[in-house]
Amino acid sequence: MSLYYVQKFLYELNRDPALKDAYGADRFAVLEPYELTDEEVTALTEPDIGLLYHLGVNGQILMHFAALHHIEWTDYLQRMRDGITAYGPVREGVYAVTGYEGVDEHAAKLGHRGPAAPEEGD
Amino acid sequence: MALVYAGVCSHAPGITGRADRADPDVRDRFYAAFDDMRAAIQDAGAEAIVVIAAEHFANFFMDNMPSFAIGMADFYDGPIEDPGWLAIDEFRAPGNRDLSRRLITEIMETVDVAYAEEWRFDHGIAVPLHFLTPAFDLPVIPANINCQGPPLAPLHRAWAFGEALRRAADSVPERIAVIGTGGISHWPATPDSGKINEPWDRDFLDRWCRNDRDALLDYDDTTVYAEAGQGGFEIRTFLAVAAAAAGAPGTVHFYAPIPIFAVGCTVASYEIDPVGPSTH
Repeated sequence: MSLYYVQKFLYELNRDPALKDAYGADRFAVLEPYELTDEEVTALTEPDIGLLYHLGVNGQILMHFAALHHIEWTDYLQRMRDGITAYGPVREGVYAVTGYEGVDEHAAKLGHRGPAAPEEGD
Repeated sequence: MALVYAGVCSHAPGITGRADRADPDVRDRFYAAFDDMRAAIQDAGAEAIVVIAAEHFANFFMDNMPSFAIGMADFYDGPIEDPGWLAIDEFRAPGNRDLSRRLITEIMETVDVAYAEEWRFDHGIAVPLHFLTPAFDLPVIPANINCQGPPLAPLHRAWAFGEALRRAADSVPERIAVIGTGGISHWPATPDSGKINEPWDRDFLDRWCRNDRDALLDYDDTTVYAEAGQGGFEIRTFLAVAAAAAGAPGTVHFYAPIPIFAVGCTVASYEIDPVGPSTH
């Protein structure tokens, strides 16, 4: 596996509008210069946010990839959780899941009132 | 002239990007604290603002990762994120290449800082500037401490960076404000996003306000990760500001966990004596 190159691609994608356009036109072609496994290519082309998180992609890089695909914040968090359920704990990198109750339950505990109805999956 | 202002604040993208999803009362009190910080920086007569950030793979990556970097350009563009996602319009912030060069030259006497003549601001700088210099009319000197891609510089080196920054600020004729931005405890952009260890944060802020060097350096990344998440690595920016404040006492103007912002939202500052640190 080549977590470094997965993250390198996402780092460059996040920075470069031309690469975003190229990715939009042909997701497989733009990945050719990177040293990636088939699993990583699948994760980046589907895209499979949960698998990318499982592989160890840093969330600070991954969240922009999710935004590029118009994945809303709450959905982004849920896709990572689903990835852990489907594929197991993060394979490489620093992340460990800690059993956090979720944003809405946490805010309610703090006595915060919500601005709107809680969104599904948060 | 000297360092005339030193403070810290949060920078999480949710502060602007998910503003409409927070409790309005808590959010607006947080924003008001930012407004007060902006006024204090103006009242101090700051002619440039050094923002010590913990950027998130916007400019620096693991192919060539500096522990410490300072921008040396006459302008900086941002945000690098989608403006709609961050709810901050595209901007060009003024820099001051000459001032940067003088600061960097002095800092290099004791710290091997990298310099960058290009720098695109991510939320780590854009969110604080959105509140502190909303018209982008104050020259910005961006600084960065690698808090994202381990191995990370040890905490005592972040402290040394802050000391060097103070020495440099005191060596130039301009009036300098310095802002550190970062978490305290948080688990940003992960499934645990929103988790905040409030007791840990309050203990850290107590050490920060006392400007207790030994207590502030009495952390290690393994424990910080376990208790404060990977976002806790960003305490390096707070430590650098503490070192720059050179023993001055600090005040927390605002602290509250706001889960949808994914951080314990913080605004705090030191009582800086512009004549310089007594240890000189």
